Amino acid sequence: MASGRILGGLGRLIAEAARDLAPIALVIAFFQVVVLQQPFPNLGAILTGTAFVVLGLALFVRGLEMGLFPIGESMAESFARKGSLFWLLAFSFALGFGTTVAEPALIAVGGEAAKVAGAAGFIADTEEARASYASSLRYTVAGSVGLALTIGVFRILKGWPVHYLIIGGYIMVIALTPLAPPEIIGIAYDSGGVTTSTITVPLVTALGVGLASTIRGRNPMIDGFGLIAFASLTPMIFVLIFGMVV
Amino acid sequence: MELIVHIVRTGISTVIDVLPIAAILFGFQFLVIRKKLPNLKKVLFGFAYVLAGLTLFLVGLEMALFPIGETMASQLTSPAFIGAVEGVPPVPMDYVWVYVFAATIGFATTIAEPSLIAVALKAEKISGGSLKATGLRIAVAIGVAVGVALGAWRIVTGTPLPVYIMVGYAVVIAQTMLSSRTIIPLAYDSGGVTTSTVTVPVVAALGLGLASTIPGRSPLIDGFGLIAFASLFPIMSVLAYALITERIKRTKRSAAGRDIP
Repeated sequence: MASGRILGGLGRLIAEAARDLAPIALVIAFFQVVVLQQPFPNLGAILTGTAFVVLGLALFVRGLEMGLFPIGESMAESFARKGSLFWLLAFSFALGFGTTVAEPALIAVGGEAAKVAGAAGFIADTEEARASYASSLRYTVAGSVGLALTIGVFRILKGWPVHYLIIGGYIMVIALTPLAPPEIIGIAYDSGGVTTSTITVPLVTALGVGLASTIRGRNPMIDGFGLIAFASLTPMIFVLIFGMVV
Repeated sequence: MELIVHIVRTGISTVIDVLPIAAILFGFQFLVIRKKLPNLKKVLFGFAYVLAGLTLFLVGLEMALFPIGETMASQLTSPAFIGAVEGVPPVPMDYVWVYVFAATIGFATTIAEPSLIAVALKAEKISGGSLKATGLRIAVAIGVAVGVALGAWRIVTGTPLPVYIMVGYAVVIAQTMLSSRTIIPLAYDSGGVTTSTVTVPVVAALGLGLASTIPGRSPLIDGFGLIAFASLFPIMSVLAYALITERIKRTKRSAAGRDIP
């Protein structure tokens, strides 16, 4: 009964997922009924959709524990044992770049940014100019996330405290802000939040924690976390620079 | 029938999103590490679950949450709901329901955010259970609630974004000085994990709705910035949560110490 074992515990996960989604249902119901005083459109679609969301979340969490966490940790362990710094850093860069370049939220933000740039007159307001602006922005952000993971992994190996690097990054953001064109600032600040997707986060967390647990003298709590923080900070810096250069 | 087409289409786009990640993982595993993955079958099943789960999750959100969330955001910001009179500019307090909506929906969507669940589970396991996953998620969600509400206030008042962000950084730096080293990296991480699948579309719709209905705001320029708030404030709330729980534990310990003569 292998399938029974694999599916085991799904009932509990479904109950937890339903509990996690209850606040959204409450907020939406309150605003629709009490504040806006309107009936629910398409109640059937809403109920079916909610059932899908609950089941989807439960499956995702189960898959996380079976697939994403173990592979991230086992790869971190193998790299640490292999002792090849080059390949570990190459892997970190590839993971950061590869997961970000195709990120749908980033593609959407890139399109919006191109519209802003076109309206502000930085680039010609044509379809072609906007598309090229959007894709260079996308590669800039993806490259910066790759760089972030490379620096972040190097930090884990060295055991440097995360806050000096992050505070240094904050200072760079503050220093670059007055120099960048005002139209790009909102986009730059938002780009930090949109880069880390639902599949990247568990993988990157498992990588960091796996490395910190395997390397002697590193504490997974102090050294293992922090990769996501780098991945959310560097895009801000690079998009501000991008705004000044382009 | 339409539903099945929608599920298949979302499924395909999820697979396409995951392909580069899978290529990197398996490429490095087989070409560089050159070792058989332990429990390969289980890992592959796990990937299939993640893909199926994410697909259902997205289809469900698009059916249930996004249309109503977006309609709500535009209704709450519309001049008719605000009670605006032609020619009289609205004042920031006219938008009080917008702030309440921003805070509550920010909190609720963060609680359901799958990537935050992942990080919280990991943190609970590593801390040996001394850090509770639920407590951490509630702390992050409070941060997002405050952040999105304040971000909405900023769009309404038209005050400059960098000022808020700089003050926020100063607060984070001050809190970092006071915090224990074990919580700092996790707190910094929680800023980045909050804004993904569920939160971004709803929050973006709110920003766009606000910026396009308020006179003098441009949706292209002022609509941005809410995500930045939603990523900054959880850092503060998680650091605050850690400071508070530590204080409570210390008080309990010293109280327990007094009980035993």
